[in-house]
Amino acid sequence: MKYILMMNCPKNGYESFGSWPKKDIQAHIAFMRRFDKPLRESGELVSAEGLADPKQAKLVRAGKDGAPVTDGVFPEAKEYLAGYWIVDVESPERAYEIAAQASAAPGPGGAPMNMPIEVRQVMSGPPEEFL
Amino acid sequence: MTAKPLDDCAELLLRELAPQVLGAVIRRFRDFTAAEDAVQEALIAAARQWPEEGLPDNPRAWLVQVACRRMVDHQRSELARRRRETDAALHFDQLAPSPGTENETEQDDTLILLFMCCHPALTSSSAIALTLRAVGGLTTAEIANAFLVPEATMAQRISRAKQSIKASGVPFRLPTDQDRAERLRAVLHVLYLIFSEGYTSSVGRELLRLDLSREAIRLTRAVYILLPDDVEVAGLLALMLLTDARRAARTGPDGELIPLTKQDRTRWDQEQISEGVALLTATLPKGPVGAYQLQAAIAAIHDEASRTEDTDWPQILALYDLLKSISDNPMVLLNHAIAVAMVRGPSAGLELLNALDADGRLTGHHRLDAVRAHLLELAGDHPAAIAHYRIAASRTTSLPERNYLITQAARLKENTANQVGALELN
Repeated sequence: MKYILMMNCPKNGYESFGSWPKKDIQAHIAFMRRFDKPLRESGELVSAEGLADPKQAKLVRAGKDGAPVTDGVFPEAKEYLAGYWIVDVESPERAYEIAAQASAAPGPGGAPMNMPIEVRQVMSGPPEEFL
Repeated sequence: MTAKPLDDCAELLLRELAPQVLGAVIRRFRDFTAAEDAVQEALIAAARQWPEEGLPDNPRAWLVQVACRRMVDHQRSELARRRRETDAALHFDQLAPSPGTENETEQDDTLILLFMCCHPALTSSSAIALTLRAVGGLTTAEIANAFLVPEATMAQRISRAKQSIKASGVPFRLPTDQDRAERLRAVLHVLYLIFSEGYTSSVGRELLRLDLSREAIRLTRAVYILLPDDVEVAGLLALMLLTDARRAARTGPDGELIPLTKQDRTRWDQEQISEGVALLTATLPKGPVGAYQLQAAIAAIHDEASRTEDTDWPQILALYDLLKSISDNPMVLLNHAIAVAMVRGPSAGLELLNALDADGRLTGHHRLDAVRAHLLELAGDHPAAIAHYRIAASRTTSLPERNYLITQAARLKENTANQVGALELN
């Protein structure tokens, strides 16, 4: 079963990350680099991406002729998606375990951030009971 | 320039030869992990070369030769690596091909490999992947594509599975008679999972993906040919054939699910149904009845009704009673409740669902809500049915099933509204 693990950050998350002491930034980046490796080796990692600063994001709607209409600025939101992992695991408990590891990424002073990771199951084809 | 692909016939030959070739290479080199990689490379080489150069006179010997050459290369580089690392003395005796026990047949090899790949030490996803590669002769890319994961992910999963087998020290031979029944059950379970996976992930993606259901049928048929007297092997093969026979009718043009009662039964594959029924008829008298056989018998009764209303529900109920006596699976109890409702009326079925609520094992499972919604609809309690269709929709993780369930709720709501409207007009 596939799960998406979403790492959200507060509105000012990108700026505040940028204002950490250098060694804390480096420790955080090193943690994130290392994080995927065991998941890749166990054959559980489907994909993982980090997203660019929401300041660059656009909100797009179709105009009358179907052409894209973009809003100049991203709307007000409390939290933004900063990055995600999609994993293919044997049980929901395993997905939670991976999420907890990600949550403990080091923050300022090297202490675990314990940031919230949203875990949601990816929908699949029809279940076998429909056989 | 793109290479010519193998024709279907050569492709099937290659896949059938895969476990035999692997067996031969393992016998010679006694290293399952490396042999499995070498055979995979030989299969890929064949797929590349045969369309250009034509089929070799002895395809099996060709594959064994190419795989053995890869094994020797592999051992040379391993040796060089070890020499660099330790400069230790060479132990040629360890590397010499063993005389081999060629008296065991190729057929045994397919079975031995299945027992290895479906070893209880492996997780089911690893067992499935390894079985498809080592016994099914599929490439890692094909398997990855079938499970919608990147090739590197699948390669790692397979490599991990092989390490587990190595670590658990499973010998390359058939399990002892003592273990055999239980190990065979594990093999059949993995084949069943491959079959269901083929169904559960096929919607809307048929063109891109390998047909896992057909592959499961092919492998189960191979086991049946080797063990024709095992009633559960025959039962599983029959169950697959009788279920897969409805394939063309069970989804609509946009991939939407069509339940059994609404399917266009003229689109069912009569040839597959006949084969499944014949298998059941031949094996039912042979021994104690098993769970796969009973499920196949139930599928056969559905398949033999040319109209929904002709379904022999009392017979299905009798089979579920039997199944209930040998299986403690709550899903069996749920299906039994449906059969009871169809024979004795929806309220009798709903009472059994209350008992299942108390049982607790299906608590929060969407299927319990979906069945309750269906029986409430049959009982004429539409508002409650709508509510349960919606609860079920919120709980399923299957996209087509979610769409089916919310559509059921919407349909019922409109019907109810129309009826009320009609009453007001009158």
